[in-house]
Amino acid sequence: MNKLNQPLSGWGRYPVQTCATSRPERYQDLQASSTTQIARGQGRSYGDAALGETVILTERVNRMLAFDSTAGTLRAEAGVTLAEVLEVIVPQGWFLPVTPGTRFVSLGGCVAADVHGKNHHHDGAFSQHIIALELILADGAKVACSATENAALFWATVGGMGLTGIIGEVSLRLIPITSPYMQVRHYAAANLTGVFALFDNAALDDAYSVAWIDSLATGKSLGRSVLMTGHHADAADLPSVMRPAAKSTLSMPFDLPAFVLNPWTVKAFNQFYYSREGHKTQPFFAHYSDYFYPLDGIAHWNRLYGKSGFVQYQCVIPTAGAFAAVTALLEKLAASRRPSFLAVLKKLGAQNQGLLSFPLAGYTLALDIPMRDAGVLALTRELDAIVLAHGGRVYLAKDALLTAQTFRIMYPRHAEWLRIKQAVDPDGRFASSMSQRLDLGVQHG
Amino acid sequence: MAEAVMIVGATSAIARATAAAFAALGHDIYLAGRNADELTRIAADLAIRYQVRAHWGIFVAEDLTSHAAFFNQAMAEMGEMRGVVLAMGMLGDQQAARDFPLGAEVIMVNFTAAASILSHSANYLEARKQGFIIGISSVAGDRGRQSNYPYGAAKAGLSAYLQGLRNRLSHSNVRVITVKPGFVDTAMTYGMAGLFLVASPQYMGERIVRAVNKSADVVYLPWFWRYIMLIIKTIPEAIFKKLKL
Repeated sequence: MNKLNQPLSGWGRYPVQTCATSRPERYQDLQASSTTQIARGQGRSYGDAALGETVILTERVNRMLAFDSTAGTLRAEAGVTLAEVLEVIVPQGWFLPVTPGTRFVSLGGCVAADVHGKNHHHDGAFSQHIIALELILADGAKVACSATENAALFWATVGGMGLTGIIGEVSLRLIPITSPYMQVRHYAAANLTGVFALFDNAALDDAYSVAWIDSLATGKSLGRSVLMTGHHADAADLPSVMRPAAKSTLSMPFDLPAFVLNPWTVKAFNQFYYSREGHKTQPFFAHYSDYFYPLDGIAHWNRLYGKSGFVQYQCVIPTAGAFAAVTALLEKLAASRRPSFLAVLKKLGAQNQGLLSFPLAGYTLALDIPMRDAGVLALTRELDAIVLAHGGRVYLAKDALLTAQTFRIMYPRHAEWLRIKQAVDPDGRFASSMSQRLDLGVQHG
Repeated sequence: MAEAVMIVGATSAIARATAAAFAALGHDIYLAGRNADELTRIAADLAIRYQVRAHWGIFVAEDLTSHAAFFNQAMAEMGEMRGVVLAMGMLGDQQAARDFPLGAEVIMVNFTAAASILSHSANYLEARKQGFIIGISSVAGDRGRQSNYPYGAAKAGLSAYLQGLRNRLSHSNVRVITVKPGFVDTAMTYGMAGLFLVASPQYMGERIVRAVNKSADVVYLPWFWRYIMLIIKTIPEAIFKKLKL
């Protein structure tokens, strides 16, 4: 297959690497070659998960194969994006069982990262809604796997960052909805104690919940947040005239100069956002695209952080140590005076059997950190130490900087994963820059 | 549902985008090609995304005697047919195609087989006194060049064949449109050196469908290829023959 050399990066635009790319159009051409390779869907993982010697672009292997609008199931090639799926299923009364914060991701990416959404505390991660996968192995075999069939391979593949094979097809269970709208409610919290209390208040719980957090607030206001809860609105409850979804016509046409996002401007924005969003104490309706995908409305929003890109630091801390850890992480970030434009806190539910799946019962914090100088690496090492000290882990879909040593402590089931990797890919055909950095390859000799 | 459109050579990226653009307007789709697995996948996708009927059949270009039965089978499945898009093409290894009999295969698929299925389409639409034929030819047919003249010659023949059909069918209210694509971002061109101003398959599909309701008989896509080819055609042969093109 023809190859094209081109510079690629993840969504964080750090690191950038020149890769040999192939772009199959037929399902039968979705195959491993004799080089080392990694499949790449929409390039929405943030770091180096979809970079490597050879990168197989799956964007054109994106056919929907079967949609049962009575039972609510969908089978599609893994290159299909969630946006394409939603366009088909929402008008017919169905929704994705789990969705990350952007719909411009491929189904394959959702499987490889075992993504979670704002409903993780109730419904778990993406893998828990998969009926079956078709995985294309290094030797060309196409293998069906699910929680009941080839289960070991299935639990190594979900969250396995594309390293067990090429995810070819995905069958998914959908959830029924009666309208494309969400019923949403916001609760302001003056500080971290406040937002943890809100998350723990069963009376306020809803199908979906997430908190926006002001990463620059300090002292008594540390962790100042707005908790946003919601559920799919019942068509019967909607007013007769609904506002349509906000039009997604905004775009960042150029790299924002680094000085625009500084501690003062971000602080001013956060103040404005906190008081505006925090005052929406009455329930209101929002279109699903505005609720789930606020940033999808701005094409190329990753240019916000300038040419040098950014890293997204997302970790999860088990419940017991979560408050102490999040306090320490926010203090460390605030002290570094690096403005994180986007910081999000969310309570997660129980972990699943995915050997490298990220979510576990506790709290997850996600922070954007502009990649402006070498100090970022030192900062993330300090953040890693806090996460480790409280038994937490970093999300591989966002990661560009973890060391292999830290990774092994954070993901205690990595040895089990490596045994399966060894069995299905003995020659190490599937490898990415991330797998090399984290030593997630086949052990030779 | 609007009447069906048949896409011949349906598994290429341009063909898939063209089928999608017709399906988005509510046309049922009949896909003709030789790869059953791909045809199944593309048909399922069109049916799910656009809620149209999408059928497919195996079309063996080289087997000319099978074309009539193939065409009738498609008609039987779809009912009436609004139009036919000929998207079949084979570039192959143009260096190897200089020699025969390999060169004959390129000419067979791009010209003889194309003309054959077009002849059946023309007879059908002529009798109906409505509809359209869209033939995807190539700018390569506008002037023979040493780098791809077997392909170019076949496409030049196809362009002339479409021209003749247009003349014949204009009396029967049937539109015949010749499309001449420049560089398109497909598996055929991926990673090829020296490409410029490359168009996406989606752009091609939308423009091809749009051409049905416009008056132009010969459509260069993107439009500026008309002027690029005008310049190339204007170069005197005495000079042209010495160029390395």
